[in-house]
Amino acid sequence: MTQHRKWGLFFFLTPVLLWLTLLIVLPHIDLLRMSFILETDTGETEWRLSNYASFFKEPIYWLTFVRTAIYSIIVTLLTLVVALPVSFFITKVARPGTRGFLMLLILLPFWVSELVRVYGWMILLRESGVINHFLLKLGILDQPVEMLYNDAAMILGLVYTSMLFMVVPLVSVLESLDDSLIEAAYDLGADMGTIVFKIIVPHATPGIVSGAIVVFMLTLGNYLTPNLMGGKNSLWFTEQIYNQFIASFNWNQGAAFGFLLLLLSSGIVWLGLKLSGQTLGKVVR
Amino acid sequence: MIRTLPTSRTYDFGFRLYICFYFVFLFAPLLVTCVLAFNDSLFPSLPWKGFTLDWFFSNHAERIGIFHDRINLDSIWVSARVAFFVTLLSVSVGTCAAFLFEQEDFPFKSLLYFLMLAPLVIPGVILGISILLVSNTLGTALEDSWRMDVGILRPGFWLVVLGQFSFITTLVTLVVSARLKKFDTTLEEAALNLGANRMQVIFHITLKFLRPAIIGAAAMAFLMSFENFNTTLFLVGSEATLPINLYLQVRDGSTPVINAVSFLLIAGTSLAAMAMLYMSGKSET
Repeated sequence: MTQHRKWGLFFFLTPVLLWLTLLIVLPHIDLLRMSFILETDTGETEWRLSNYASFFKEPIYWLTFVRTAIYSIIVTLLTLVVALPVSFFITKVARPGTRGFLMLLILLPFWVSELVRVYGWMILLRESGVINHFLLKLGILDQPVEMLYNDAAMILGLVYTSMLFMVVPLVSVLESLDDSLIEAAYDLGADMGTIVFKIIVPHATPGIVSGAIVVFMLTLGNYLTPNLMGGKNSLWFTEQIYNQFIASFNWNQGAAFGFLLLLLSSGIVWLGLKLSGQTLGKVVR
Repeated sequence: MIRTLPTSRTYDFGFRLYICFYFVFLFAPLLVTCVLAFNDSLFPSLPWKGFTLDWFFSNHAERIGIFHDRINLDSIWVSARVAFFVTLLSVSVGTCAAFLFEQEDFPFKSLLYFLMLAPLVIPGVILGISILLVSNTLGTALEDSWRMDVGILRPGFWLVVLGQFSFITTLVTLVVSARLKKFDTTLEEAALNLGANRMQVIFHITLKFLRPAIIGAAAMAFLMSFENFNTTLFLVGSEATLPINLYLQVRDGSTPVINAVSFLLIAGTSLAAMAMLYMSGKSET
């Protein structure tokens, strides 16, 4: 019996250990190692902090970094503001019979590749796009306006892409909110604002936190949407990493950027968990 | 507010209008993409010039439909092969991990569990570059010391498979674990008492119980792999996967062929999603 147990443990542990050490732990150790290496002109390598130094010296690098962080926070807040009423509608206002159908409708677009969704927005928004076509037809515009390739279009795309990851946790947390609490508050004369901020939001906090963490992380690490929908000035930090790796072929600099992005992302996740008193394991569920 | 409470007409109307707008926002890009796949025009834009299936079946020099477009067809085939191997690997290892974390006990279990969750909070771009770095380091080391040339370690098909496998396995583990938690362990004990060994119990009883979760996880893994962009971007070699190939086309200008591919993707994923929901609905009752 104990012999079998040991054998079972060995059988399950080996593939999992191989996966986690070879594909998660070692690559990130190598990422850290590479970020401290400077390759000199003679082809020799030295341990230096110069990759990090150039990040702080070149304003374009750290400005992009700060911009990406701030825009990701804005996107997270906007997604929350849009998603909260929708989740409330699905759980509390819509007839119970239609709930499953509405949920299906909300999930469906996110099964489709992100590239297809971004492409859809591109043919809607661009100068020869569908929205311009209708605005011209209706006589609202005299000549087409370029609505793509600016920060607003990029934010719209990012909010759209991350919507699902906010709606799902919000719906599941609002489902557990007892209707009678809202009814009681109403009977006691509370107005809308009081009900929303004293009852609904406090109850939904765990869902808001896990949604916000996932949305923030995905937005921070997004490449497609800023690259295809943003303008010349809407540089995203992942694009800087891509440029270092693929265009400049400066892998050490790229590794330093990658490690900084990883630090920012895990730092924010950690902060979010700490502030809300949750653990990663709980948020996952 | 909620169904049971009286609300004013304008409030009700406003809320419903908001929800309508939300669904328009959700489906407009997908709908427009699909409709323009059938427009008889050289550009994916309005005005509507009549219905055509050219972008699917035509084989003229100036409009080559998707079914005659070698590059796009090849990339679909690459994606399908990548997704097949990723699904196979991630479902096997993910199921092992679920057994490991649910049924075994060993030192440093919580540390390993934390590592298993880590890919959820690592941006896909970072996962891509760190796997690229470590495989390059390893490849160089092998070549320098043993003059061995290991093809797998260069960007290409197998590196893409490994990169996607590294985070999709986490999702598979979570899905299978969730079902394994509901497993009635007295069934296992009964079988063990009747003289079965551990592996027999797992194959004949536990895996049978897990089957719906494993099928669901496999479908999810296939879809996620098929659509992955961020991690693949850095690991791809000469064989482009479908999202990479579409990205390059969208970036350099677009033709309705992209709409045709998108239409097929939207139709395919919707059907797959419906089938999965239907099956999960069946298995729960």
